[in-house]
Amino acid sequence: MFRPFPKRSRAHRGGPGTQARFPKCRVSWPDAQISGVCRARYAWGIDSPFGRADQFEIGSREGETLSNTAPLLSLKDFRLRFRGQDACTIDRIDLEVARGEVLCVVGESGCGKSVTAMALMGLLPEGAAEIPSGTLSFEGLDYDLTRERLPADLRGGAMAMIFQEPMTSLNPVFRIGDQIAETVLRHRGGTRAEAETRALDMLRRVGLPSPEARLRSYPHQLSGGQRQRVMIAMALANDPKLLIADEPTTALDVTIQAQILELIRDLQHEAGTGTIMITHDLGVVAEIADAVAVMYGGQVVETGPVAQVFDDPQHPYTIGLMESVPRLSGAGGRLTTIDGAVPAIEAMPEGCRFRTRCAFAAPACAARPALRDVGSGHATACHFAPLEAHLRVAG
Amino acid sequence: MVAATDPQAVAAPDALPKPENRVWKKFRRHKSAMLGGVLVVFFVVIALLAPFLPIAAPEATDWSAVRQAPSAAHWFGTDEIGRDVLARLIWGAQASLLAGVVSVGIAVLVGVPLGILAGYFGGWIDAIISRCTEALLAVPFLILAIALAAFLGPSLTNAMIAIGISATPLFIRLTRGQVINVKVEDYVESARAIGLPTRMILTRYILPNVAPPILVQATLTVATAIIAEASLSFLGLGQQPPAPSWGSMLNVAKNFLNQAPWMAMYPGISIFLVVLGFNLLGDGLRDALDPRER
Repeated sequence: MFRPFPKRSRAHRGGPGTQARFPKCRVSWPDAQISGVCRARYAWGIDSPFGRADQFEIGSREGETLSNTAPLLSLKDFRLRFRGQDACTIDRIDLEVARGEVLCVVGESGCGKSVTAMALMGLLPEGAAEIPSGTLSFEGLDYDLTRERLPADLRGGAMAMIFQEPMTSLNPVFRIGDQIAETVLRHRGGTRAEAETRALDMLRRVGLPSPEARLRSYPHQLSGGQRQRVMIAMALANDPKLLIADEPTTALDVTIQAQILELIRDLQHEAGTGTIMITHDLGVVAEIADAVAVMYGGQVVETGPVAQVFDDPQHPYTIGLMESVPRLSGAGGRLTTIDGAVPAIEAMPEGCRFRTRCAFAAPACAARPALRDVGSGHATACHFAPLEAHLRVAG
Repeated sequence: MVAATDPQAVAAPDALPKPENRVWKKFRRHKSAMLGGVLVVFFVVIALLAPFLPIAAPEATDWSAVRQAPSAAHWFGTDEIGRDVLARLIWGAQASLLAGVVSVGIAVLVGVPLGILAGYFGGWIDAIISRCTEALLAVPFLILAIALAAFLGPSLTNAMIAIGISATPLFIRLTRGQVINVKVEDYVESARAIGLPTRMILTRYILPNVAPPILVQATLTVATAIIAEASLSFLGLGQQPPAPSWGSMLNVAKNFLNQAPWMAMYPGISIFLVVLGFNLLGDGLRDALDPRER
């Protein structure tokens, strides 16, 4: 479904033409990137004031054919229901990540992003949730999620995770060198000394200052950004094939966010690690994603290569998300908001789960829309996609 | 946690005091804790050195010196069959401290693993362990110890076992509560995310992080256990005569309170001081290990 994109050029090709190049875009690019990260990048002169337009060189990507290689990870028809609830918190989602690709899962709080990640890693508490359907294929092996959890050997080995809260995700009673060495020992075996060499090597790669001394530090002696670097070192210590990053920059301040994102992207590019990045920050998506999956109420409502989705969002929810990003340039005034909040799982409407808040809702929305392809791997779950055609008809 | 944003931490990581040092530093500044520590160390040293001290044999009777008041020959006086009270106190310290430490050791060794199991796994394991704990806690500590000691038969060893079993539910409860707090911490989740087996998570992630309050509770419980041992010995269920024990010394001394008050006074003071010592030590440890005040 998604294709791995060629390594992005770091050239600064931004310019005043972004809006012109994406005429259909409802949100102009320079504005969409006014997240903290981009602000910091701009302040440092990494990007032009018009954002990293180099990411969205659609021309260079057109004409590429879909890669024939099987995706690294593919999750199919995944449903998850928490004990004691009737409706599924995660309702039939499909996700695919290719080798070396960054898939960003976006959506507001409570839409099931983190739960999906936890379920993928097999981290949900035993008995807390049931999985009525879902198959996962990872590195060519298929797992029936309804019956089995992922083998523990995968966790931290081929599939690693970075958590949201670096401040509390390290064991306070062990030195960080020991903690990194522990995950190496667990998955690679070998001697303690080898594992510690590897730990030192990883600390160097994630750019911690004076790594030899850091090896012997306790977590409380490190700042939040440093701890997140340690978490990344831990996650990447065993050269995972897939990295799941659950809002890795949310707890960090703006300047550190940019550094950490850059670090994750660089390391991920180096090793060709497939990455699922969970975030609610569209700036992060713009910064790092190859493909994006927009989730709402436990369903994937829109998915596709990031350029297509951002350029021409088709699902009303995605459009609302993009509109609600603050802009630096252009007219001030109130931000666009999406009325209401995500309904509680018991109150989720039948059919399209967004219809209670959707400006375009119609009787047809009582039936669940399937994810339909609207071109170039861009798919959306809306009866009225492509919206332009329908809006024109509606007059 | 303040240290995390300390600019010093960035500049010179090696210049920061190690956490052990910090706890020790705080402990050292805690005056009453240091007093408690000194008292405990004093009694421990005395008990350990008992065989080497120039004192009379604790069981040697002297019919020519029965119930003598303190003097140069007998600093703390003699008892009703002429035994030296000081010598018996010193040897009795061994019994008391041993009883305190061993019984708490039993309670910790049994209680902490059970508490970890109950807290970490929850469900029916927790239900079974917790109900048993509550049943034991429903019986007053000393009554339970007396009943168990009577059931096992009077001896110091059995008294220790009885006290240990009676103190176990305390540790199960405490550990379970702590584990429930710690198991939802992000670092436990990240331990699972790196694929560590449950056994490793329990021993390397849960246990060290629940240890401080258990250490504090253990120290305070040693004081309780020493009183319990003295009580059992007082009732004849602990240390058996003629072996010296503070509790049994008090038992005999109560008959001579008017004629020979020193017989009761010195064991009483000893129990008071050692219990005070352990309590102050425990309080000091609690303050020093309190993460909120770091």
